[in-house]
Amino acid sequence: MRHDHLITSKQLTREDIETILDRAAEIDADPSAVADRHTNTLLGLLFFEPSTRTKMSFETAMKRLGGDVVDMGSVESSSVKKGETLADTVRVIEGYTDALVLRHPKQGSATMASEFVDVPLVNAGDGAGHHPSQTMLDLYTIRENAGLDDLTIGIMGDLKYGRTVHSLAHALTNFDVQQHFISPESLRLPREVVYDLHQEDGGAGIREHESLEEVLASLDVLYVTRIQRERFPDEQEYQKVAGEYQIGSETLEAAGDDLTIMHPLPRVDEIAPEIDETDHAAYFEQAHNGVPVRMALLDLLLSDDEAADRRGGEADE
Amino acid sequence: MSDDHDHHDGDEHELRVSKIRSGTVIDHVRGGQALNVLAILGIDGSEGEEVSVGMNVPSDRLARKDIVKVEGRELSQDEVDVLSLIAPDATINIVRDYEVIEKHRVEPPEIVEGVLSCPNAGCITTSGEPVDSRFEVLEDGVRCDYCGTIVRDEIAALIDT
Ligand SMILES: [Zn+2]
Repeated sequence: MRHDHLITSKQLTREDIETILDRAAEIDADPSAVADRHTNTLLGLLFFEPSTRTKMSFETAMKRLGGDVVDMGSVESSSVKKGETLADTVRVIEGYTDALVLRHPKQGSATMASEFVDVPLVNAGDGAGHHPSQTMLDLYTIRENAGLDDLTIGIMGDLKYGRTVHSLAHALTNFDVQQHFISPESLRLPREVVYDLHQEDGGAGIREHESLEEVLASLDVLYVTRIQRERFPDEQEYQKVAGEYQIGSETLEAAGDDLTIMHPLPRVDEIAPEIDETDHAAYFEQAHNGVPVRMALLDLLLSDDEAADRRGGEADE
Repeated sequence: MSDDHDHHDGDEHELRVSKIRSGTVIDHVRGGQALNVLAILGIDGSEGEEVSVGMNVPSDRLARKDIVKVEGRELSQDEVDVLSLIAPDATINIVRDYEVIEKHRVEPPEIVEGVLSCPNAGCITTSGEPVDSRFEVLEDGVRCDYCGTIVRDEIAALIDT
Protein backbone atom coordinates (compact mmCIF):
# COMPACT_ATOMS: atom_id res chain seq x y z
CA MET A 1 0.00 0.00 0.00
CA ARG A 2 1.60 3.25 -1.06
CA HIS A 3 -0.75 5.97 0.03
CA ASP A 4 -0.01 8.98 2.17
CA HIS A 5 -3.56 9.14 3.51
CA LEU A 6 -6.58 6.91 3.75
CA ILE A 7 -9.61 8.94 2.68
CA THR A 8 -11.99 6.55 0.94
CA SER A 9 -11.92 2.86 0.21
CA LYS A 10 -12.43 3.86 -3.44
CA GLN A 11 -8.78 4.90 -3.61
CA LEU A 12 -7.69 1.36 -2.76
CA THR A 13 -6.96 -1.31 -5.33
CA ARG A 14 -7.57 -4.97 -4.70
CA GLU A 15 -3.85 -5.35 -3.96
CA ASP A 16 -4.00 -2.49 -1.43
CA ILE A 17 -6.97 -4.08 0.30
CA GLU A 18 -5.27 -7.47 0.42
CA THR A 19 -2.11 -5.90 1.83
CA ILE A 20 -4.16 -4.35 4.65
CA LEU A 21 -6.15 -7.51 5.38
CA ASP A 22 -3.03 -9.72 5.29
CA ARG A 23 -1.26 -7.39 7.70
CA ALA A 24 -4.32 -7.38 9.97
CA ALA A 25 -4.33 -11.18 9.96
CA GLU A 26 -0.63 -11.28 10.92
CA ILE A 27 -1.22 -8.84 13.75
CA ASP A 28 -4.35 -10.66 14.86
CA ALA A 29 -2.42 -13.93 15.04
CA ASP A 30 0.41 -12.48 17.15
CA PRO A 31 -0.30 -8.99 18.54
CA SER A 32 2.71 -9.11 20.86
CA ALA A 33 5.04 -9.12 17.85
CA VAL A 34 4.11 -5.50 17.10
CA ALA A 35 3.78 -4.25 20.67
CA ASP A 36 6.91 -2.10 20.34
CA ARG A 37 6.69 -1.33 16.67
CA HIS A 38 5.66 2.32 16.97
CA THR A 39 7.01 3.49 20.30
CA ASN A 40 7.29 7.29 20.52
CA THR A 41 4.62 7.64 17.86
CA LEU A 42 1.78 10.03 18.60
CA LEU A 43 -1.58 9.83 16.88
CA GLY A 44 -3.80 12.93 16.89
CA LEU A 45 -7.51 12.25 17.34
CA LEU A 46 -9.65 14.98 15.80
CA PHE A 47 -13.27 14.08 16.41
CA PHE A 48 -15.54 16.96 15.44
CA GLU A 49 -18.59 14.84 16.20
CA PRO A 50 -18.94 12.18 18.87
CA SER A 51 -18.12 8.60 18.01
CA THR A 52 -16.82 6.99 21.15
CA ARG A 53 -16.53 3.53 19.67
CA THR A 54 -14.46 4.49 16.64
CA LYS A 55 -12.27 6.77 18.73
CA MET A 56 -11.60 4.08 21.34
CA SER A 57 -10.81 1.60 18.62
CA PHE A 58 -8.16 3.88 17.05
CA GLU A 59 -6.78 4.71 20.49
CA THR A 60 -6.50 1.02 21.36
CA ALA A 61 -4.85 0.27 18.03
CA MET A 62 -2.21 2.99 18.45
CA LYS A 63 -1.43 1.97 22.03
CA ARG A 64 -1.17 -1.71 21.11
CA LEU A 65 1.46 -0.70 18.54
CA GLY A 66 3.47 0.92 21.35
CA GLY A 67 2.43 4.49 20.56
CA ASP A 68 0.17 6.99 22.24
CA VAL A 69 -2.61 9.42 21.34
CA VAL A 70 -3.43 13.06 21.86
CA ASP A 71 -7.05 14.01 21.71
CA MET A 72 -8.49 17.34 20.63
CA GLY A 73 -11.39 16.75 23.03
CA SER A 74 -14.89 17.89 22.31
CA VAL A 75 -15.62 20.62 19.80
CA GLU A 76 -17.24 22.73 22.54
CA SER A 77 -13.94 23.12 24.36
CA SER A 78 -11.73 23.70 21.31
CA SER A 79 -10.69 26.52 19.00
CA VAL A 80 -13.29 25.36 16.52
CA LYS A 81 -15.87 26.89 18.76
CA LYS A 82 -14.11 30.22 18.18
CA GLY A 83 -14.59 29.84 14.44
CA GLU A 84 -11.27 28.33 13.41
CA THR A 85 -11.34 26.63 10.01
CA LEU A 86 -10.65 22.91 9.71
CA ALA A 87 -7.73 23.75 7.43
CA ASP A 88 -6.11 25.74 10.26
CA THR A 89 -6.88 23.15 12.94
CA VAL A 90 -5.22 20.28 11.05
CA ARG A 91 -2.18 22.39 10.21
CA VAL A 92 -1.68 23.18 13.90
CA ILE A 93 -2.24 19.67 15.23
CA GLU A 94 -0.06 18.08 12.52
CA GLY A 95 2.89 19.82 14.21
CA TYR A 96 2.20 17.92 17.44
CA THR A 97 1.71 14.45 16.02
CA ASP A 98 2.94 11.77 13.60
CA ALA A 99 -0.46 10.98 12.12
CA LEU A 100 -4.05 12.20 12.32
CA VAL A 101 -7.45 10.56 12.53
CA LEU A 102 -10.31 12.84 11.51
CA ARG A 103 -14.03 12.58 11.97
CA HIS A 104 -15.99 15.59 10.77
CA PRO A 105 -19.63 16.20 9.88
CA LYS A 106 -18.96 17.69 6.42
CA GLN A 107 -18.62 15.54 3.32
CA GLY A 108 -15.22 15.89 1.70
CA SER A 109 -13.65 17.23 4.92
CA ALA A 110 -11.00 14.50 5.01
CA THR A 111 -10.06 15.07 1.37
CA MET A 112 -9.66 18.76 2.05
CA ALA A 113 -7.77 18.28 5.32
CA SER A 114 -5.34 15.88 3.62
CA GLU A 115 -4.44 18.63 1.14
CA PHE A 116 -3.18 20.76 4.03
CA VAL A 117 -1.02 18.26 5.93
CA ASP A 118 2.06 16.11 5.32
CA VAL A 119 1.52 13.54 8.07
CA PRO A 120 -0.69 10.56 7.21
CA LEU A 121 -4.39 11.27 7.72
CA VAL A 122 -7.08 8.63 8.19
CA ASN A 123 -10.70 9.51 7.52
CA ALA A 124 -12.83 8.15 10.37
CA GLY A 125 -16.06 9.41 8.80
CA ASP A 126 -16.85 12.58 6.84
CA GLY A 127 -20.56 13.25 7.24
CA ALA A 128 -22.55 11.12 4.84
CA GLY A 129 -19.31 10.40 2.96
CA HIS A 130 -16.75 7.69 3.70
CA HIS A 131 -15.45 5.68 6.62
CA PRO A 132 -12.78 3.42 5.14
CA SER A 133 -11.49 1.80 8.34
CA GLN A 134 -15.00 0.49 8.98
CA THR A 135 -15.00 -0.89 5.45
CA MET A 136 -11.66 -2.63 5.98
CA LEU A 137 -12.87 -4.30 9.18
CA ASP A 138 -16.04 -5.36 7.37
CA LEU A 139 -13.99 -6.86 4.54
CA TYR A 140 -11.68 -8.55 7.03
CA THR A 141 -14.66 -10.14 8.80
CA ILE A 142 -16.17 -11.27 5.51
CA ARG A 143 -12.85 -12.77 4.40
CA GLU A 144 -12.37 -14.61 7.70
CA ASN A 145 -15.89 -16.07 7.60
CA ALA A 146 -16.76 -16.62 3.95
CA GLY A 147 -13.86 -15.55 1.74
CA LEU A 148 -13.95 -12.61 -0.67
CA ASP A 149 -14.21 -14.43 -3.96
CA ASP A 150 -17.15 -16.30 -5.37
CA LEU A 151 -19.18 -14.63 -2.65
CA THR A 152 -22.88 -13.78 -2.59
CA ILE A 153 -23.73 -11.04 -0.10
CA GLY A 154 -27.00 -9.42 0.88
CA ILE A 155 -26.82 -5.88 2.25
CA MET A 156 -30.03 -4.92 3.98
CA GLY A 157 -31.69 -2.02 5.76
CA ASP A 158 -31.12 1.71 5.33
CA LEU A 159 -29.18 1.80 2.09
CA LYS A 160 -29.97 5.43 1.36
CA TYR A 161 -28.22 7.13 4.28
CA GLY A 162 -25.89 4.34 5.37
CA ARG A 163 -22.38 5.38 4.42
CA THR A 164 -21.02 2.15 5.84
CA VAL A 165 -22.97 0.34 3.19
CA HIS A 166 -21.83 2.58 0.34
CA SER A 167 -18.15 2.20 1.18
CA LEU A 168 -18.46 -1.55 1.59
CA ALA A 169 -20.31 -1.93 -1.71
CA HIS A 170 -17.61 0.03 -3.57
CA ALA A 171 -14.85 -2.03 -2.03
CA LEU A 172 -16.57 -5.31 -2.87
CA THR A 173 -16.55 -4.46 -6.59
CA ASN A 174 -12.82 -5.28 -6.46
CA PHE A 175 -13.69 -8.92 -5.86
CA ASP A 176 -15.79 -11.58 -7.50
CA VAL A 177 -18.90 -10.77 -5.50
CA GLN A 178 -22.60 -10.86 -6.31
CA GLN A 179 -24.20 -8.03 -4.30
CA HIS A 180 -27.91 -7.98 -3.43
CA PHE A 181 -29.28 -4.76 -1.93
CA ILE A 182 -32.42 -5.27 0.13
CA SER A 183 -34.39 -2.29 1.40
CA PRO A 184 -37.76 -0.58 1.42
CA GLU A 185 -38.38 1.48 -1.71
CA SER A 186 -37.89 4.75 0.22
CA LEU A 187 -34.44 3.73 1.49
CA ARG A 188 -32.88 2.38 -1.71
CA LEU A 189 -29.28 3.12 -2.64
CA PRO A 190 -28.81 6.69 -3.91
CA ARG A 191 -28.60 6.89 -7.70
CA GLU A 192 -25.03 8.24 -7.50
CA VAL A 193 -23.92 5.13 -5.67
CA VAL A 194 -25.68 2.81 -8.10
CA TYR A 195 -24.09 4.73 -10.99
CA ASP A 196 -20.62 4.25 -9.50
CA LEU A 197 -21.17 0.61 -8.69
CA HIS A 198 -22.25 -0.12 -12.23
CA GLN A 199 -19.23 1.80 -13.55
CA GLU A 200 -16.88 -0.20 -11.35
CA ASP A 201 -18.55 -3.54 -11.72
CA GLY A 202 -19.99 -3.50 -15.21
CA GLY A 203 -23.36 -4.02 -13.55
CA ALA A 204 -23.02 -7.80 -13.47
CA GLY A 205 -22.92 -8.18 -9.71
CA ILE A 206 -25.48 -5.59 -8.53
CA ARG A 207 -29.17 -6.31 -7.85
CA GLU A 208 -31.81 -4.45 -5.83
CA HIS A 209 -34.70 -6.08 -3.97
CA GLU A 210 -37.48 -5.13 -1.61
CA SER A 211 -37.76 -8.52 0.04
CA LEU A 212 -35.12 -10.64 1.77
CA GLU A 213 -37.04 -13.82 0.91
CA GLU A 214 -36.15 -13.40 -2.76
CA VAL A 215 -32.46 -13.94 -2.12
CA LEU A 216 -31.93 -15.29 1.41
CA ALA A 217 -31.29 -18.91 0.41
CA SER A 218 -28.48 -17.89 -1.97
CA LEU A 219 -26.54 -15.72 0.49
CA ASP A 220 -23.15 -16.47 2.07
CA VAL A 221 -23.22 -13.25 4.09
CA LEU A 222 -26.09 -11.02 5.22
CA TYR A 223 -25.01 -7.54 6.29
CA VAL A 224 -27.78 -5.87 8.31
CA THR A 225 -28.01 -2.16 9.07
CA ARG A 226 -30.41 -0.20 11.22
CA ILE A 227 -33.48 1.49 9.80
CA GLN A 228 -33.88 4.68 11.79
CA ARG A 229 -37.20 5.95 13.03
CA GLU A 230 -36.49 9.53 11.98
CA ARG A 231 -36.47 8.51 8.30
CA PHE A 232 -40.24 7.97 8.47
CA PRO A 233 -43.07 10.49 8.77
CA ASP A 234 -44.90 8.59 11.51
CA GLU A 235 -44.45 5.77 14.01
CA GLN A 236 -46.97 3.47 12.34
CA GLU A 237 -45.25 3.64 8.97
CA TYR A 238 -41.88 3.02 10.62
CA GLN A 239 -43.12 -0.04 12.57
CA LYS A 240 -44.66 -1.51 9.45
CA VAL A 241 -41.54 -1.11 7.30
CA ALA A 242 -38.88 -1.85 9.92
CA GLY A 243 -40.66 -5.05 10.94
CA GLU A 244 -40.10 -6.48 7.48
CA TYR A 245 -36.33 -6.11 7.78
CA GLN A 246 -35.77 -7.73 11.16
CA ILE A 247 -34.00 -11.05 11.61
CA GLY A 248 -35.25 -13.72 14.00
CA SER A 249 -34.80 -17.48 14.11
CA GLU A 250 -37.91 -17.96 11.93
CA THR A 251 -36.43 -15.71 9.26
CA LEU A 252 -33.37 -17.92 9.12
CA GLU A 253 -35.23 -21.15 8.42
CA ALA A 254 -34.84 -20.39 4.72
CA ALA A 255 -31.14 -19.49 5.04
CA GLY A 256 -28.11 -21.66 4.29
CA ASP A 257 -26.37 -23.33 7.25
CA ASP A 258 -23.18 -21.38 6.64
CA LEU A 259 -24.82 -17.94 6.44
CA THR A 260 -22.73 -15.30 8.22
CA ILE A 261 -24.70 -12.39 9.71
CA MET A 262 -22.95 -9.06 10.19
CA HIS A 263 -24.00 -5.68 11.62
CA PRO A 264 -21.90 -2.53 12.20
CA LEU A 265 -23.50 -2.11 15.68
CA PRO A 266 -25.05 -0.64 17.69
CA ARG A 267 -28.22 -2.55 16.88
CA VAL A 268 -31.67 -1.88 18.24
CA ASP A 269 -34.03 -4.65 17.20
CA GLU A 270 -32.82 -5.54 13.68
CA ILE A 271 -31.35 -8.81 14.92
CA ALA A 272 -33.08 -10.76 17.68
CA PRO A 273 -30.85 -11.70 20.67
CA GLU A 274 -31.57 -15.40 20.04
CA ILE A 275 -29.34 -15.19 16.94
CA ASP A 276 -26.33 -14.17 19.05
CA GLU A 277 -25.71 -17.71 20.24
CA THR A 278 -25.85 -19.26 16.76
CA ASP A 279 -22.92 -19.86 14.42
CA HIS A 280 -24.44 -17.30 12.08
CA ALA A 281 -23.63 -14.34 14.33
CA ALA A 282 -20.38 -12.55 13.42
CA TYR A 283 -21.19 -9.01 14.59
CA PHE A 284 -19.27 -9.02 17.87
CA GLU A 285 -16.27 -10.57 16.17
CA GLN A 286 -16.69 -7.84 13.52
CA ALA A 287 -16.52 -5.12 16.20
CA HIS A 288 -13.42 -6.71 17.77
CA ASN A 289 -11.75 -6.86 14.36
CA GLY A 290 -11.68 -3.06 14.39
CA VAL A 291 -8.52 -3.14 16.49
CA PRO A 292 -6.22 -5.41 14.42
CA VAL A 293 -7.47 -3.80 11.21
CA ARG A 294 -6.78 -0.27 12.49
CA MET A 295 -3.40 -1.46 13.79
CA ALA A 296 -2.63 -2.71 10.29
CA LEU A 297 -3.74 0.60 8.71
CA LEU A 298 -1.69 2.71 11.10
CA ASP A 299 1.30 0.42 10.76
CA LEU A 300 1.25 0.61 6.97
CA LEU A 301 0.73 4.38 6.90
CA LEU A 302 3.38 5.06 9.56
CA SER A 303 6.05 2.71 8.26
CA ASP A 304 9.07 4.57 6.98
CA ASP A 305 9.78 5.32 3.34
CA GLU A 306 12.29 2.51 3.18
CA ALA A 307 9.60 0.02 4.07
CA ALA A 308 7.23 1.67 1.61
CA ASP A 309 9.84 1.37 -1.12
CA ARG A 310 10.43 -2.25 -0.26
CA ARG A 311 6.73 -3.02 -0.50
CA GLY A 312 6.48 -1.04 -3.73
CA GLY A 313 9.43 -3.00 -5.14
CA GLU A 314 7.81 -6.29 -4.26
CA ALA A 315 4.57 -5.21 -5.86
CA ASP A 316 6.39 -4.40 -9.10
CA GLU A 317 8.00 -7.82 -9.41
CA MET B 1 -9.79 20.83 -38.51
CA SER B 2 -12.72 21.70 -40.73
CA ASP B 3 -14.11 25.16 -40.57
CA ASP B 4 -17.87 24.96 -40.81
CA HIS B 5 -18.40 28.59 -39.93
CA ASP B 6 -20.51 29.84 -42.79
CA HIS B 7 -20.08 33.22 -44.34
CA HIS B 8 -23.68 34.19 -44.39
CA ASP B 9 -23.81 33.52 -40.66
CA GLY B 10 -20.69 35.66 -40.27
CA ASP B 11 -22.24 38.59 -42.09
CA GLU B 12 -25.35 38.26 -40.01
CA HIS B 13 -23.67 38.76 -36.66
CA GLU B 14 -21.46 41.53 -37.90
CA LEU B 15 -24.61 43.50 -38.50
CA ARG B 16 -25.69 43.04 -34.95
CA VAL B 17 -22.52 43.17 -32.89
CA SER B 18 -19.77 45.56 -33.84
CA LYS B 19 -16.40 44.20 -34.95
CA ILE B 20 -13.61 44.20 -32.44
CA ARG B 21 -10.07 45.25 -33.13
CA SER B 22 -8.20 42.79 -30.92
CA GLY B 23 -9.51 40.28 -28.46
CA THR B 24 -11.76 37.25 -28.39
CA VAL B 25 -15.05 36.47 -30.08
CA ILE B 26 -17.02 33.60 -28.60
CA ASP B 27 -19.49 32.49 -31.22
CA HIS B 28 -22.17 29.80 -31.42
CA VAL B 29 -23.13 30.05 -27.79
CA ARG B 30 -26.51 28.47 -27.12
CA GLY B 31 -29.23 31.10 -27.11
CA GLY B 32 -29.69 32.70 -23.71
CA GLN B 33 -26.33 31.58 -22.28
CA ALA B 34 -24.25 34.67 -23.07
CA LEU B 35 -24.43 36.13 -19.58
CA ASN B 36 -23.49 32.74 -18.11
CA VAL B 37 -20.51 32.70 -20.45
CA LEU B 38 -19.36 36.00 -19.03
CA ALA B 39 -20.01 34.83 -15.48
CA ILE B 40 -18.10 31.58 -15.91
CA LEU B 41 -15.15 33.50 -17.37
CA GLY B 42 -15.31 35.92 -14.48
CA ILE B 43 -15.79 38.88 -16.81
CA ASP B 44 -18.09 41.47 -15.27
CA GLY B 45 -16.72 44.67 -16.81
CA SER B 46 -15.21 45.78 -13.51
CA GLU B 47 -11.72 45.72 -15.00
CA GLY B 48 -12.74 48.04 -17.80
CA GLU B 49 -12.95 45.41 -20.54
CA GLU B 50 -15.04 46.41 -23.54
CA VAL B 51 -17.62 43.65 -23.85
CA SER B 52 -20.39 43.35 -26.40
CA VAL B 53 -23.08 40.73 -26.31
CA GLY B 54 -25.51 39.61 -28.97
CA MET B 55 -28.38 37.49 -27.78
CA ASN B 56 -30.74 35.24 -29.74
CA VAL B 57 -29.18 36.02 -33.08
CA PRO B 58 -30.51 33.79 -35.91
CA SER B 59 -27.97 31.09 -36.79
CA ASP B 60 -27.68 28.29 -39.31
CA ARG B 61 -26.06 25.85 -36.94
CA LEU B 62 -28.16 26.65 -33.87
CA ALA B 63 -31.68 28.01 -34.20
CA ARG B 64 -30.74 30.99 -32.08
CA LYS B 65 -27.31 31.76 -30.80
CA ASP B 66 -25.54 34.24 -28.58
CA ILE B 67 -22.25 35.95 -29.34
CA VAL B 68 -19.82 37.45 -26.85
CA LYS B 69 -16.99 39.77 -27.86
CA VAL B 70 -14.29 40.80 -25.46
CA GLU B 71 -12.04 43.62 -26.67
CA GLY B 72 -8.41 43.68 -25.61
CA ARG B 73 -8.20 40.23 -24.08
CA GLU B 74 -7.10 36.98 -25.71
CA LEU B 75 -8.62 34.12 -23.77
CA SER B 76 -6.47 31.03 -23.38
CA GLN B 77 -7.64 27.51 -24.24
CA ASP B 78 -7.75 26.63 -20.52
CA GLU B 79 -9.93 29.64 -19.84
CA VAL B 80 -12.43 28.86 -22.55
CA ASP B 81 -12.61 25.09 -22.16
CA VAL B 82 -14.78 25.52 -19.09
CA LEU B 83 -17.39 26.98 -21.46
CA SER B 84 -17.98 23.48 -22.84
CA LEU B 85 -20.13 22.88 -19.74
CA ILE B 86 -22.72 25.46 -20.78
CA ALA B 87 -21.86 26.21 -24.42
CA PRO B 88 -20.54 22.98 -25.94
CA ASP B 89 -20.88 24.26 -29.52
CA ALA B 90 -19.01 27.50 -28.91
CA THR B 91 -16.27 28.56 -31.29
CA ILE B 92 -13.46 30.80 -30.12
CA ASN B 93 -11.98 33.39 -32.46
CA ILE B 94 -8.85 35.23 -31.45
CA VAL B 95 -8.72 38.57 -33.26
CA ARG B 96 -5.73 40.87 -33.87
CA ASP B 97 -6.10 44.04 -35.94
CA TYR B 98 -9.56 43.00 -37.14
CA GLU B 99 -8.20 39.65 -38.44
CA VAL B 100 -9.14 36.28 -37.01
CA ILE B 101 -5.72 34.76 -36.37
CA GLU B 102 -6.84 31.70 -34.49
CA LYS B 103 -10.08 29.79 -34.35
CA HIS B 104 -10.95 26.75 -32.29
CA ARG B 105 -13.69 24.80 -30.56
CA VAL B 106 -14.05 24.32 -26.81
CA GLU B 107 -12.99 20.94 -25.42
CA PRO B 108 -14.37 19.55 -22.17
CA PRO B 109 -11.63 19.88 -19.51
CA GLU B 110 -10.96 16.97 -17.15
CA ILE B 111 -11.48 19.10 -14.08
CA VAL B 112 -12.95 22.50 -13.36
CA GLU B 113 -11.53 24.42 -10.42
CA GLY B 114 -12.98 27.37 -8.57
CA VAL B 115 -15.66 28.12 -11.18
CA LEU B 116 -18.68 26.22 -9.93
CA SER B 117 -20.08 26.09 -6.43
CA CYS B 118 -21.12 22.71 -4.98
CA PRO B 119 -24.91 22.50 -4.47
CA ASN B 120 -24.51 20.13 -1.50
CA ALA B 121 -25.04 22.09 1.73
CA GLY B 122 -23.15 19.36 3.59
CA CYS B 123 -20.02 19.76 1.44
CA ILE B 124 -16.80 21.06 2.98
CA THR B 125 -16.22 23.41 0.02
CA THR B 126 -19.26 25.48 0.97
CA SER B 127 -18.38 25.69 4.67
CA GLY B 128 -16.11 28.72 4.81
CA GLU B 129 -12.86 26.76 4.39
CA PRO B 130 -9.96 28.24 2.38
CA VAL B 131 -10.42 25.84 -0.52
CA ASP B 132 -11.59 26.24 -4.13
CA SER B 133 -14.28 23.98 -5.46
CA ARG B 134 -13.10 21.23 -7.80
CA PHE B 135 -15.30 19.23 -10.13
CA GLU B 136 -14.48 16.26 -12.28
CA VAL B 137 -16.12 16.60 -15.71
CA LEU B 138 -18.17 13.53 -16.62
CA GLU B 139 -19.65 12.70 -20.00
CA ASP B 140 -23.03 14.04 -18.92
CA GLY B 141 -22.35 16.31 -15.98
CA VAL B 142 -19.88 17.23 -13.27
CA ARG B 143 -18.97 15.62 -9.96
CA CYS B 144 -17.65 17.38 -6.85
CA ASP B 145 -14.17 16.04 -6.05
CA TYR B 146 -14.79 16.53 -2.34
CA CYS B 147 -18.28 15.23 -1.60
CA GLY B 148 -19.04 13.25 -4.77
CA THR B 149 -22.27 15.08 -5.64
CA ILE B 150 -23.11 14.73 -9.33
CA VAL B 151 -24.87 17.54 -11.21
CA ARG B 152 -26.23 16.84 -14.68
CA ASP B 153 -28.76 19.61 -15.32
CA GLU B 154 -28.60 23.30 -14.61
CA ILE B 155 -24.83 23.45 -14.36
CA ALA B 156 -25.09 27.16 -15.16
CA ALA B 157 -26.91 27.61 -11.85
CA LEU B 158 -23.73 26.52 -10.02
CA ILE B 159 -21.58 29.27 -11.50
CA ASP B 160 -19.84 30.98 -8.62
CA THR B 161 -20.43 34.68 -9.13
ZN1 LIG C 1 -19.26 19.01 -2.90
